[in-house]
Amino acid sequence: MFQVRFHGRGGQGVVTAAEILSVAAFAEGRHAQAFPSFGSERTGAPVVSFCRIDDREIRTREPVMEPDALIIQDATLIHQVDLFAGLVHDGYALVNTSRAFTELGFDQTSASFRQDRLITCPATELALEHLGRPLPNAALLGGFAALTGQITMEAIDTAVKERFEGAVGERNAAAAAAAFDFVTSRVKELARASTD
Amino acid sequence: MTRQPVHFYQVGSFAVGNRLLSSDDRTVQSQRERTNSIDSGHRACQGCGEALGARYALDAAMRATNGHVVAVNATGCLEVFSTPYPETSWRIPWLHSLFGNAPAVATGVAAALRVKGKSDVRVVAQAGDGGTVDIGFGALSGMFERNDDVLFICYDNEGYMNTGVQRSAATPPAARTATTDAVGPEPGNVFGTGKDLPRIAMAHDIPYVATATVADLHDLERKVERAMEIRGARYLHVLVPCPLGWGSASNDTIHIARLAKESGLFPVFEAENGTVTSVSTIRRRVPVEQYLSLQRRYGHLFGKSPRPDIVARIQAIADNNIARYGLVDDATESMEVNT
Amino acid sequence: MLRQIEGSRAIAETVALCRPEVVCAYPISPQTHIIEAVGAMVKSGKLAGCEFINVESEFAAMSVAIGASATGARAYTATASQGLLFMLEAVFNASGLGLPIVMTLANRAIGAPINIWNDHSDAMAARDAGWIQLFAETNQEAADLHVQAFRLAEELSVPVMVCMDGFILTHAVEGVDILDQESVDSFLPPYEPRQVLDIDEPVSIGAMVGPEAFEEVRYLAHLRQLDALERIPGIAQDFKELTGRDSGGLIRTYRIDGAEIIVVALGSVLGTIKDAVDNRRELGERIGVVGITTFRPFPSEAVREALADARQVVVLEKSFSTGFGGVLSTDVAMSMRDMDFDLRTVIAGLGGRAITRRSLEEMLKQANDDALEPLTFLDLDQGAVERERARMRSVRRSGPSAENLLRDRASSAAAPTRRDV
Repeated sequence: MFQVRFHGRGGQGVVTAAEILSVAAFAEGRHAQAFPSFGSERTGAPVVSFCRIDDREIRTREPVMEPDALIIQDATLIHQVDLFAGLVHDGYALVNTSRAFTELGFDQTSASFRQDRLITCPATELALEHLGRPLPNAALLGGFAALTGQITMEAIDTAVKERFEGAVGERNAAAAAAAFDFVTSRVKELARASTD
Repeated sequence: MTRQPVHFYQVGSFAVGNRLLSSDDRTVQSQRERTNSIDSGHRACQGCGEALGARYALDAAMRATNGHVVAVNATGCLEVFSTPYPETSWRIPWLHSLFGNAPAVATGVAAALRVKGKSDVRVVAQAGDGGTVDIGFGALSGMFERNDDVLFICYDNEGYMNTGVQRSAATPPAARTATTDAVGPEPGNVFGTGKDLPRIAMAHDIPYVATATVADLHDLERKVERAMEIRGARYLHVLVPCPLGWGSASNDTIHIARLAKESGLFPVFEAENGTVTSVSTIRRRVPVEQYLSLQRRYGHLFGKSPRPDIVARIQAIADNNIARYGLVDDATESMEVNT
Repeated sequence: MLRQIEGSRAIAETVALCRPEVVCAYPISPQTHIIEAVGAMVKSGKLAGCEFINVESEFAAMSVAIGASATGARAYTATASQGLLFMLEAVFNASGLGLPIVMTLANRAIGAPINIWNDHSDAMAARDAGWIQLFAETNQEAADLHVQAFRLAEELSVPVMVCMDGFILTHAVEGVDILDQESVDSFLPPYEPRQVLDIDEPVSIGAMVGPEAFEEVRYLAHLRQLDALERIPGIAQDFKELTGRDSGGLIRTYRIDGAEIIVVALGSVLGTIKDAVDNRRELGERIGVVGITTFRPFPSEAVREALADARQVVVLEKSFSTGFGGVLSTDVAMSMRDMDFDLRTVIAGLGGRAITRRSLEEMLKQANDDALEPLTFLDLDQGAVERERARMRSVRRSGPSAENLLRDRASSAAAPTRRDV
């Protein structure tokens, strides 16, 4: 089972992101379960959602306690929320920011994880470019596909277009594709750096 | 099943329903072939204004719809005296659910009729004043606001009579009830309290609001028939004296209802879409004392230590009604009609 | 068709396939997505022949359903928590009148303190309301139970409440096979009321009944519930023949063969329990699970049979009777009153507290070691309770306990610069 935890703020489509990922996994014939953190949060408040992907029926209903990957839609949450809580030691983290991971200020908390799996991606900028709105969730799913290999970009593309109809779907899918390319090249850079 | 020949001895008078008038002026009750929505043999008290009002209202609704009426009832005297197990007085389809939900139940009945393609069957919901102005008020306001196709009739006897005469938000000032005792410097119900449901109903801009009393049953029938010509939420507020709760003689029910209107304490009018369209003017104006003194619930205002000051305050309420609705012909032109 | 879909959406689409004629709605989390989706289907015309009514309260919602059902329409609504309590008078009334209304209960805690998260306090508060209460383990089962619920309700003239865990199921997106219209139509015939407001055959519904007959009326209702115990397995069997799925029925057993310890529970927590039990089984602990699908009427015989060979029964409940203990535990105990076994009650998941596999496994280990207390509150913060108890002993005006607990938590989690109150 592969478990993902999404962090963001109310209004950023955190719950939708988990749902789209689950739909993408479903489209690939896998079992998937997405659910929000069940709050009554208002716009701007910290929000958490979850997605589980497995090859067999998912029975558990507990929150994701030990995520294999984090998708952090808003880097300003760093000082508000224990973002890395429970992340498995070889887990992935994808942070939406135009800065480098090392500039974000969680050097200490993230030091114990595999550094080549901690990636930043300017998803808001990509969303503004392709969608015209600062909604980074679809873009980050493209990045997630590139970072973890848990899901194909095709499945993300299909799920995004299923969730958002027409032109909005196309543009979100374009943002996701751009993020996929961005993260793919970042992963290669980091792999090169770690072998050097 | 709903139509049955009626024997006039059932109601104790051969003059019932203005049977001696010309056929145009006769009420529904004068017809031998009228429906008998609430059959005789029920357990209402002698002189019950509600039993009388309900029978006239429902029979008129039946005539107006060619017998296509379903009745919904709130808990209360009407429900209790009409259906003691294993008997029922209802000769029309009748549903009782709870005290506070009759308007919503009626909404459900109307919705079901609509979806079943039976919009020709009309819904009449009924409650006492407690079920209308107090516990059923939220549901009633909701039904009004949605403009559901229901005629809601409140039989107002100004208190919770079924439970032993307690105060409701329709109990008038100074009236003694079991929870507004006639003791202390301000005996009886408190001045400045209570709800004026007809005006609240009008504020919902529903198509039809009217008041009536059992003193003018012909007027009551006419208003029911008018209401049945209209679709949407309609409200009829009928004053029904209660000999038990008011401490009045059972043969005075109609007389007292008439005095309520003639004193100006109970304005009788019609309103359509939030505007008063007609007023039953006072034919022979009487001071409120004439109305009050026939009822033991006001006994503390008269007798050994009379309270003319309180009677005067009640008179002021009547005068205010007369001014507001223009209930006296002479005064109509000079007084501002303020509804 | 199997779809990856939110639980609420799956329920709404399934309810629509059941061709409800009157749906009334009043919003309350976590039920809102269901009723919104049904409303949209009515408004768009996708669900034809249905009146969707936005009412002013849950009390009105159930009352509208009562009026509609008594007029021969298939009536549906959904609620949760405070909403169920606000309509409770009408909930009892619907069953008393024998009206086959179907209602989804998106299980949620009851305040105060106000809490929008899941537990089973609401369903338990309506336990004796005369409704059939079915509990769904998954969204698939929740959807399937609605189709069965309409048929069961209408066959017996008894209202049915389908309970599904609020948020945990209603807001979870997972695979659900949504039936097609033809299948549902073949399973669920049009509603033929046993009593109806009809101008051609007028009846009085809701007449007053005194002491001379009230007990008989109630006993008849009891017999109808006992009839339901007979009918429910048959309806589940019919449903299985239609869909190939095991959904509904009275109880569901998991690995109870040779089990010394059996955990009994309701609803979606069964999934996590099964995962925990699998892990304990690998360690050699002989533990099984019994899920109660039909909670009212209570399937005493089936429970008794399933638990017959257990040495210890652990009833895990998301609600409890304050001042006493478990609610489901009492039913289990009554079902097995002459049998020799140890009963343990574990209260868990109140107000949405996560029930984790890890905590469940620790609890099961204790059970296996015969070290589980008769009444256990899973993951209870004993320290927080003690602090508040001490505060209440030390000062008369100690203030509202709920706020004190929150302040304690906030100050223990806050930065050291913040003043501890």
